[in-house]
Amino acid sequence: MKNYTFTEKKDTRSGFGDGLTELGLKNNNIVALCADLTGSLKMNDFKKNHPDRFFQVGIAEANMMGIAAGLTIGGKIPFTGTFANFSTGRVYDQIRQSIAYSGKNVKICASHAGITLGEDGATHQILEDIGMMKMLPGMTVINTCDYNQTKAATIAIADHKGPVYLRFGRPKVPVFTDPNQEFKIGKGVKMTEGNDVTLVATGHLVWEALEASKVLFEQGISAEVINIHTIKPLDEEIILKSVSKTGCVVSAEEHNYLGGLGESISRLLSLNNPTPQEFIATQDTFGESGTPAQLMKKYGLNSENIIKKVKSVIKRK
Amino acid sequence: MQELEKLNNITTQTRRDILRMVHKVNSGHPGGSLGCAEFLVTLFNSVMKRNDDFSMDGINEDIFFLSNGHISPVFYSVLARCGYFDIDELNTFRLINSRLQGHPTTHEGLPGVRIASGSLGQGLSVAIGASLSKKINNDDNLVYCLMGDGELQEGQNWEAIMYAAAKNVDNIIATIDLNGQQIDGSTDDVIKLGNLRTKFESFGWDVIEIENGNNISDIFNGLEKAKSKTYLGKPVCILLKTIMGNGVDFMMHTHEWHGKAPNDEQLEIGLKQNPETLGDY
Repeated sequence: MKNYTFTEKKDTRSGFGDGLTELGLKNNNIVALCADLTGSLKMNDFKKNHPDRFFQVGIAEANMMGIAAGLTIGGKIPFTGTFANFSTGRVYDQIRQSIAYSGKNVKICASHAGITLGEDGATHQILEDIGMMKMLPGMTVINTCDYNQTKAATIAIADHKGPVYLRFGRPKVPVFTDPNQEFKIGKGVKMTEGNDVTLVATGHLVWEALEASKVLFEQGISAEVINIHTIKPLDEEIILKSVSKTGCVVSAEEHNYLGGLGESISRLLSLNNPTPQEFIATQDTFGESGTPAQLMKKYGLNSENIIKKVKSVIKRK
Repeated sequence: MQELEKLNNITTQTRRDILRMVHKVNSGHPGGSLGCAEFLVTLFNSVMKRNDDFSMDGINEDIFFLSNGHISPVFYSVLARCGYFDIDELNTFRLINSRLQGHPTTHEGLPGVRIASGSLGQGLSVAIGASLSKKINNDDNLVYCLMGDGELQEGQNWEAIMYAAAKNVDNIIATIDLNGQQIDGSTDDVIKLGNLRTKFESFGWDVIEIENGNNISDIFNGLEKAKSKTYLGKPVCILLKTIMGNGVDFMMHTHEWHGKAPNDEQLEIGLKQNPETLGDY
């Protein structure tokens, strides 16, 4: 089994910031907007390098989404930056009408997604954003797993024509994917080969799935771990192919089970190959204050819980 | 004044288009559409610098955004009669498989439309974004935006109004259709808008008032004055005092016709008051 290790931990939002810096230097049409969170979103380098292409909109996210939509008229490629909660729930109608329905080429870049935002608590920990965004026709939804993947995704979405929701996080997490990876929107990445169970994970849960697979391997269970960075459009082929071999699946995400990746997989399987599935996700609840590690444990979003779910799903085969 | 006669003729025809469109599908918004007919006819035909072919990016031309999308009948009529699409397409307003949706959209590719609107309060932000895009592109043409007065009750507008002044977005002219009416009654009854001149000025905008927003000469002069205020460091607002339902006597001075279509008899009366000038679609 391929064994993933890491030498350093970095936050995925820094991957976004560094990707944006690189993009800014090579493409004059890239513009960036931020709603008073430039430091948190790691957008300071872009701001410093391109003051004429950076727009500080203040604490006014609805206006930011509208301005971003307008900037596309004239050929700009706007990247908006704020926390995931303020990137989605707060501005759903602005995204729906002015960006998605209007078909505008806006990249909605959302940090501090999910419960690992930590101590700020439930007001800021959005666990519904993937659902809201994937329901919008024409919206591409991406949730990256580490610094390298986030940087690669940030650069890749600039070349995709159409609205994109790019979701990443606050805490420092292991860096384990290739720094020179080619990021293909809509294409999952098979991390490990396995025969007994398919683990389909997104975002911070990819590392947890890999950790789980190591323990499972020692216990004689071989898990195929698929890194699904693009939740919409979903890479159906990679999942169906794996499941046809393993016969069961555990989905894992830092999101409510309602509306998340797990539900997209259930739909795919029920239409094509009904298969036992277990869900690693929050259980229709709000979050709370705590450290990211404490919260991941309390809400069952860690490798220990993945191992438990694998054992139950295998019994259902 | 030949130009004035021409604009008057287009306006009369546009009123007929509006009445016939909403009558045919027994739905739509004639009141606000009629109130803004003179303004949009003047803006599109005599004020805006427009390229012959429509392109979404609108480079090297003035561009327009309709924020109060429910007055789509007047928008569609003006666009069609400016040549953006065939006037016969006005026949498809609100019908299934039409590009002329109840509220304007880019989704069906209708030339002349650059943003979907209908959910109120979003157009000004978009127009500001397009103004910023023009500045980056060194395109010194203007961005126009039309909004309803009731629409100012949406908070996003005030985010946008604050932003445009703070960031010196001075290549935009935002017009407020000040007809004093909204669905539930007069704006005074629903939520008093207060002194809009003072409000806009205190936010840092230049304000032009057009006292008779249904008079083409006044509109033209007001728009020219507004243009002369652009590129001086401040965004420009026009307070356009209009009469909802203007040009059809029983529709005037009331909110009753905000979103109601005339019946057969009422249509006939309205059309009689506005005889055909350029030919019906």
